[in-house]
Amino acid sequence: MFALPFVRNALLAGSLIAIASGLLGYFIVLRAQVFAGDALSHVAFTGALAAAAVGVDLRIGLFAATVLMALTFAGLGERARADDVTVGVAFAWILGLGVLFLDLFNASSSGGSGLLGARALFGSIFGLSGGEAALAAVIAAVLIATTLLIARPLLFVSLDPAVAIARGVPARLLGAVFLVLVGADAAEATQAVGALLLLGLLAAPAGAAHRLTARPYLGMAISAAIALASVWIGVALSYRVAALPPSSAIVLVAGAFYVLAFVRAPRLLAGVLRWTR
Amino acid sequence: MNPSFSVNPISDLDQLLQYPFMVHALAAGTIVAVIAALVGWFVVLRRESFVCHTLSVMSFPGASGAALAGLPLASGYFVFAVGGALAIAFGSRIGGKRSATAESAVVGTVGAVALALGFLFLSLYGGILESVETLLFGSFVGITAAQVRTLLVVALLAGGVLAFVGRPLFYASVDERSARADGVPVQALSVVFLVLLGLAVAAIAQIVGVLLTFALLVAPAATAQLVTTRLRLSLALAVTLSVLETWAALTLAYFTNAALGFCLTTISLVLFAAARVARERRG
Repeated sequence: MFALPFVRNALLAGSLIAIASGLLGYFIVLRAQVFAGDALSHVAFTGALAAAAVGVDLRIGLFAATVLMALTFAGLGERARADDVTVGVAFAWILGLGVLFLDLFNASSSGGSGLLGARALFGSIFGLSGGEAALAAVIAAVLIATTLLIARPLLFVSLDPAVAIARGVPARLLGAVFLVLVGADAAEATQAVGALLLLGLLAAPAGAAHRLTARPYLGMAISAAIALASVWIGVALSYRVAALPPSSAIVLVAGAFYVLAFVRAPRLLAGVLRWTR
Repeated sequence: MNPSFSVNPISDLDQLLQYPFMVHALAAGTIVAVIAALVGWFVVLRRESFVCHTLSVMSFPGASGAALAGLPLASGYFVFAVGGALAIAFGSRIGGKRSATAESAVVGTVGAVALALGFLFLSLYGGILESVETLLFGSFVGITAAQVRTLLVVALLAGGVLAFVGRPLFYASVDERSARADGVPVQALSVVFLVLLGLAVAAIAQIVGVLLTFALLVAPAATAQLVTTRLRLSLALAVTLSVLETWAALTLAYFTNAALGFCLTTISLVLFAAARVARERRG
């Protein structure tokens, strides 16, 4: 299966997107911002449709929309964390806007909108060309590097905001940068797993990691590893089983890891503790 | 004939009501608006918009799963909505205390897995993708009189349950510790509320789509709670806002031919933003 170029492209882009999502997801769960992450991934849908309606490259719409929305969320809330209700109302409107663009796009071109809508919502990792995959991989690598760079202060701010601010850590700025990273990741991942399913890569591996360990760096590593494994297993499964769409396979595998972490968490944790002692 | 808006409200109303589908849409919209505002008021109070969104998303695997299994669509909606509610309720409680971190991960994972299943069902079913958009974003066009009646029954049921658990639920939502100390079954209430939310969302979403369900549940209640902290007043305000927003959106969509989802969410965003700005001015 590795001989086929579309599988190689899928794995190249998918692996790096998975690692970026796993790392960012760890912080999203830690900061209880999964809802904002969900909203940002839906923004990607609206961005893609807006780009299609205007007729520019899809990726410009994706990145412009998600980064803009991330900055808005950062500006709305205290310490760059918009509250639940504000995110909800903004979220609903963004989807409403998406419907408007869908209508505009339908009016401007006959047919094809269903396909584009479905691609934006559910992604198509096997549809990436060599150039697209390489670009996606490079952007994901930048995201990973930036996340690791700000990991330490971001951890501090997320775990103990009051002390971090007293020590002069720029909490607001970090929160905004973090949301922009999540937004860019959403734009990235939309091309692979789709706007609707991105949450599976953000929440499930990170949720599992949080259940398995309380140590932050180990947790980040576990989260990235689970996301990576989900993409590889998912891609392999959907390659074997033709009826299984790759996006579904990836997210279902990630969900299975999460359930496994639930069931096994106490026993595994005890084992790790015995081993470290 | 094309509808054209004029300054004469009577002729506008005549135009609005000349087709049965608009009459049904207005009737269904009103019922949906009332029940969504009532349930949504508690959603906003409990800061559970994310759960609410996730449960409304359940209608996607619900519908595609039912289509695949050859069952009536409504059964799929209800099974997935209630299943999702229970998964969230118990998932966020396994292994000790309820924490925001664990809960948001559970909710997100449940939502993503449900969507993945929905997409899988859809591709197994081989259905047409256009219907996905209707499913997710909904439309009021094509509501039948029978659906309006079903909706009314569901609304009365949900309203009845809310009237029954409303007081203790309010207590538990506002001050969980005191409520627990007073012997209010806080955990049981939160499970009951999640299931009720699932049922309400399933009933509403199969008629107006995921987007409108979510918008109507969260936005009017959030606006009302920003405007006043007085209990009954904000509840009444939420219902009023919700109904007026729905009517305005239906009228706007009818006369301008814009997508209903866009009209409704824009109106509710503007009102919410206005309420937020006004509140910050007051300090």
